[in-house]
Amino acid sequence: MKIRCALIGSGNIGTDLLYKLLRSDVIEPVWMVGIDADSDGLKRAKDLGLKTTHGGVDGLIPHILEDNIQIAFDATSAYVHAENSRKLVEKGVKVIDLTPAAIGPFCVPPVNLEEHLSQGKDNVNMVTCGGQATIPMVYAVSRIQEVSYGEIIATISSKSAGPGTRKNIDEFTVTTSGAIEKVGGADKGKAIIILNPAEPPMMMRDTVHCLTKNEPDQEKITQSVLAMEKAVQAYVPGYRIKEGPVFDGNRVSIFLEVKGMGDYLPEYAGNLDIMTAASAKTAEMFAKQMIENQK
Amino acid sequence: MSKIIKIHDMSLRDGMHSIAHQFSLKNMVDLSQALDKARVPLIEVTHGDGLAGGSVNYGFAKHTNSEYLSAVIPNLKYSKVSVLLIPGIGTINDLKMVEDLGVKSVRVATHCSEADVSEQHISYAVNRGFDTVGFLMMSHMLSAKDIVEQARKMAGYGANCLYVTDSSGHMLPEEVTEKVSAMRHAFPDLEIGFHGHHNLGMAVANSIAAVEAGADRIDGSVAGFGAGAGNTPLEVFAAVCDLKGINLDIDLSALMDAAEDVATPIMGDKLPRVSRGALTLGYAGVYSSFLLHAIRAEKKYGVPAREILLELGRRKTVGGQEDMIEDVALELLRAGG
Repeated sequence: MKIRCALIGSGNIGTDLLYKLLRSDVIEPVWMVGIDADSDGLKRAKDLGLKTTHGGVDGLIPHILEDNIQIAFDATSAYVHAENSRKLVEKGVKVIDLTPAAIGPFCVPPVNLEEHLSQGKDNVNMVTCGGQATIPMVYAVSRIQEVSYGEIIATISSKSAGPGTRKNIDEFTVTTSGAIEKVGGADKGKAIIILNPAEPPMMMRDTVHCLTKNEPDQEKITQSVLAMEKAVQAYVPGYRIKEGPVFDGNRVSIFLEVKGMGDYLPEYAGNLDIMTAASAKTAEMFAKQMIENQK
Repeated sequence: MSKIIKIHDMSLRDGMHSIAHQFSLKNMVDLSQALDKARVPLIEVTHGDGLAGGSVNYGFAKHTNSEYLSAVIPNLKYSKVSVLLIPGIGTINDLKMVEDLGVKSVRVATHCSEADVSEQHISYAVNRGFDTVGFLMMSHMLSAKDIVEQARKMAGYGANCLYVTDSSGHMLPEEVTEKVSAMRHAFPDLEIGFHGHHNLGMAVANSIAAVEAGADRIDGSVAGFGAGAGNTPLEVFAAVCDLKGINLDIDLSALMDAAEDVATPIMGDKLPRVSRGALTLGYAGVYSSFLLHAIRAEKKYGVPAREILLELGRRKTVGGQEDMIEDVALELLRAGG
């Protein structure tokens, strides 16, 4: 059996996520929810056999019980997420939040997914694309020794940044900075995002700078960082360390590149890919737990 | 009486790039006082990368933006202070913090093709009654028509002034004329500004071209402080304007004194010039604040700064991508070794 789910938001992220869920052994995407009847995402979902509505989350709510929807992904915007989540949770649906609203706890799979599985929260937040790409690395350093400051610079191609991202750029910075501290383990976090319009579009790239309190143990940090690269590659095959870790005094820097799977947007949109892959992975772990509990 | 062209001093913001953001509070106060005396209407004060610019990526300033602003603002009689806000680096919260210190002018800067990331910040500033400027960086990378289209978004959010910003010091006067004219015609009711860098030695000529094409505001710095080879040297620009009958309503002698007696001693041997690296920025169309970072990478990895900057130009990097400098240096090092 598979756990049935709904996708709220038919933009770049929702549509890319749909392709990943269609490959899942434990999740079956049943509903795609949008607000624009002509959106490309809704059309594709319909062609792929999903039920669709352009009536927003209210168009979905009446069908939750009859269609046995147990997990919903929200890929709309930070502004409407709280209300969407309230309506879904009320119906007993587990919500995975891909907006930077962050009303639920942050989830970065290789760092704290296990923890969330045992806690059974109704709503988990997937931070941001830049957060998913970099926080595992901040954690890879902070699990070795104390990090007083963690900074990330996420550069994405202009073509891969939809209107939601553009309107909510402050939410990106604030949410990512918070998660660098809470999940990454740095005392203080800072996030910077840059859009680059070069043609052909550039691959998503991220830089991570950690300032360690004491002199960095180069060997241990290097091992930890390389192990983390493998852990992320398990669900984002195009994730790689381009340069580093580079050590300079108490600064540890890691230069990353994220190549997407090319599910909806082409390969350059690694930012989309890492967000949707992390969300799909999180949902699959929850689904496995649900299946186990129903046995 | 001809219209007054408003000059906007960059010494204490863009100038921060020239000394890795290390002005002391006394430097800031002394120079802002000299500018105030010369009746410069607007002075920008922040980290070189604006609000929340302090970072490993761009360098940490000697003091916080709040400390600099608190030191400068209360002592000014004539000049007003603006801040720079680059969405993706600074946030509305950062703007709120300095609003309490008496800042009422903000320049919201985006890469020239990404104006729509400024909607939140421009709307907020307009609602709060700020003098709100939309600042289109790296304007050499888009056609005049496309620049106007991007500026139209910022105008739509409520900006009262729109800038053609030559962040790389790559533009030549005819290009400035074309782009500023296009903006002038598209937005007859808004102010139009021009921000130059002197990397190809064209900043004064470019700024004059901008005024002749209808610009209302011109950016510059005394003694040419600023990233790369510096911004338009204001005292030179002011003298040329005087000869041409362009009215700036400032005290030229006091401005020359500010440049010679106050600014130059502060910078010492770091005074910007058209060095090999700065010239490379202008030639290759690379963001001016990359200069010192590239020189540091040259020292650390032995890869020539010029090669790094040329490669960054080929990759069409934009403002803020300082993290690419070390990355590219390492890549070139491996390719060469």
